[in-house]
Amino acid sequence: MLIFLLKMKMSSFCVALFSVLASSFLVVASYAQDVDPIRIGLMTVKTGPLATGGIQMEQGLDIYLRSVSYTIAGRPVEMIVADTGGSPAVARTKAQELVERDGVDAIIGPLAAFEALAINSYIAQVEVPTLSIAAAEDMTQRTPNPYFIRASSSSAQASHPMGHYAAVDREFRRAITIADDIAYGQEMVAGFQRVFEENGGRVIAKLWPPLNVAEYSAYIAQIQNADVVYMAFAGINGLRFIRQYAEFGLQGEIPLLGGMTSADESILRNMGDEALGVISSSFYSSELPWPANVDFVSRMREVYNVDPGYYAVSSYLEAMVLHAAIDAVGGDTEDKAALMNALRAVELEDSPRGYVRFDEHGNVVGNIYIFEVHQKDGRLVNTPIKTYENVSQFWSYNPEEFLSQPVYSRDYPPAIYLGQ
Amino acid sequence: MTLYIILTINSITMGGLLFLLSAGFSLIFGLMRIPNLTHGALFMLGAYFGVTFLRMGVNFWVAVIFAGIVLAIIGGAIERLLLRRLAGQELAQVLVTLGLAFIIADACLLIWTGDPIPLSAPESLRGVERFFGIVFPRYRLAVVVIALIVAVGLWFLLERTRLGAMIRAGVDDPEMARVTGIPVSRLFTIVFALGAALAGVGGVLSGPILSVYPGLDAEMLPLALIIVILGGAGSLPGALLGSFVIGFIYNFGQAFFPDLAYVVLFLPMLLMLVLRPQGLFGKHPS
Repeated sequence: MLIFLLKMKMSSFCVALFSVLASSFLVVASYAQDVDPIRIGLMTVKTGPLATGGIQMEQGLDIYLRSVSYTIAGRPVEMIVADTGGSPAVARTKAQELVERDGVDAIIGPLAAFEALAINSYIAQVEVPTLSIAAAEDMTQRTPNPYFIRASSSSAQASHPMGHYAAVDREFRRAITIADDIAYGQEMVAGFQRVFEENGGRVIAKLWPPLNVAEYSAYIAQIQNADVVYMAFAGINGLRFIRQYAEFGLQGEIPLLGGMTSADESILRNMGDEALGVISSSFYSSELPWPANVDFVSRMREVYNVDPGYYAVSSYLEAMVLHAAIDAVGGDTEDKAALMNALRAVELEDSPRGYVRFDEHGNVVGNIYIFEVHQKDGRLVNTPIKTYENVSQFWSYNPEEFLSQPVYSRDYPPAIYLGQ
Repeated sequence: MTLYIILTINSITMGGLLFLLSAGFSLIFGLMRIPNLTHGALFMLGAYFGVTFLRMGVNFWVAVIFAGIVLAIIGGAIERLLLRRLAGQELAQVLVTLGLAFIIADACLLIWTGDPIPLSAPESLRGVERFFGIVFPRYRLAVVVIALIVAVGLWFLLERTRLGAMIRAGVDDPEMARVTGIPVSRLFTIVFALGAALAGVGGVLSGPILSVYPGLDAEMLPLALIIVILGGAGSLPGALLGSFVIGFIYNFGQAFFPDLAYVVLFLPMLLMLVLRPQGLFGKHPS
């Protein structure tokens, strides 16, 4: 879209223009002490359509750093926030600024896969540990980056269990999938379809609306003869789709399942009854009952007056992991290789999402939950209804075999039951 | 068969929505000879004002009218204070409208935050109509009716009033209109305010269907452009027909050629520009 391109150009221009000016404001907390501070660069999105999640990322990180009084391993911590505007080109520039001007010890972020891909080779080249929430499968599979780890989830890590839940627990047989036509949506659908079909289900239609489609009625019209719908949306598209799904009278008629960000807390708080009954799979919701999470949620509510969701908990988790690793190397962040090894060796017994460790590719292993949207105390929440324990990005498959197959995409694995 | 019927109804309702978006754009384009790139932002701004009025407890229809009035004032001010100073410099005017679009979008982000905000349809229009086993949201049908009422109202304004006659004269030949004593520059202000008001009204009315969120402006503007290029700048029937044509192309294109969704949408525009640059009903090349 012309206007979109212009807008991107414009925003990178503005970024260049104001970066010098803005840098003085970006340092949220700095402590004048003798000890050299640990600098953490947060790459997030604070403008444009992805801003809702991006702002939650900053809030989650801030809440964690407050809980340790902005001090890790006896060193003060500086959080330096960079707004990428959701643009790969800006992300690349911002990464360079964080590394070369601000001298960050580690990067948390960026938010979107296309941003992570844009800085992928750069972070490997300058050897800066990067803890991202970008879900792109191959970042931790066929082409892993030694300086990249992910404590949230790969795209299909949470959709494999949903395929199992739909086919085995609920005995759905005929599914229609609808997802943003980007790698994130495609990979989630592929994971769902693979496990769903291996357990007796059939995906009879796959719908791919463009990421910035104006509305979904043309797609909803095609939802026929199915006994379940699986959606995989990013940003605010889940909200828009769920509303129109209800508007066309399908809520309660055909159960609606969703991926990690289709109905997470960042959009749920702007929704009403139309979201009731939506079932989604993810590694986190603010309703998880253990103390580590109850504590996190109450602090988020106290400071920012929101329930944390996918984005807030992700940066909170990345900070927890980073903290544990820096402790493990005795506060020395100069030896990047040692820090990276420590990061991959981190095990958290007690995080808001439960037990967490990493596989050899730098991706998290942890619980995946199935949630259902319920009403509670006058607001909508994702209530956990089932737990899949210690799920890796490879589900129940042999990692070597998994990696020898093509990466998940629109056409892999092939959908052989379309139209049946 | 059901699919075709649903898609047809969808196309018609979308056409109604698109007409509310593009009517004002077409008038401004026709009279002032510039594509007003702020139009998408004004549409979004109207929707956000609708949100604010609704939060104040105002009735939905009153919120629609209030948003229209506020946007008319803003539109009038933009023309009077900015575009007027650049009279005759069309490129500069287009760039100013583009810059304004960014400014408005960022201001919206600041005021209404990045959260998507759904608007609720008025109580009486919630729920669905069922006919022959097909389910259809009542509010969308209402939008078509409103769009047709607006179309008739605009037609009456343009064809049956003195103001309308002056606007038509201005669209056809601004120089000659000026010579015959028509205050063309005042018309500019009026038409810009009217166009902005229509965008604002369209924005609020679209709220229950599209929700309001940052980026809505950039999604709607190209659609307005396509419609006006198809229908012809400054032509009301052109905007009406163009809206429904695009509504059909959009819905059927996405259903049957999902991979080519944007090709299907933009190809007619390209063909029109090459074969008939003035559009279906336009009088001069856009």
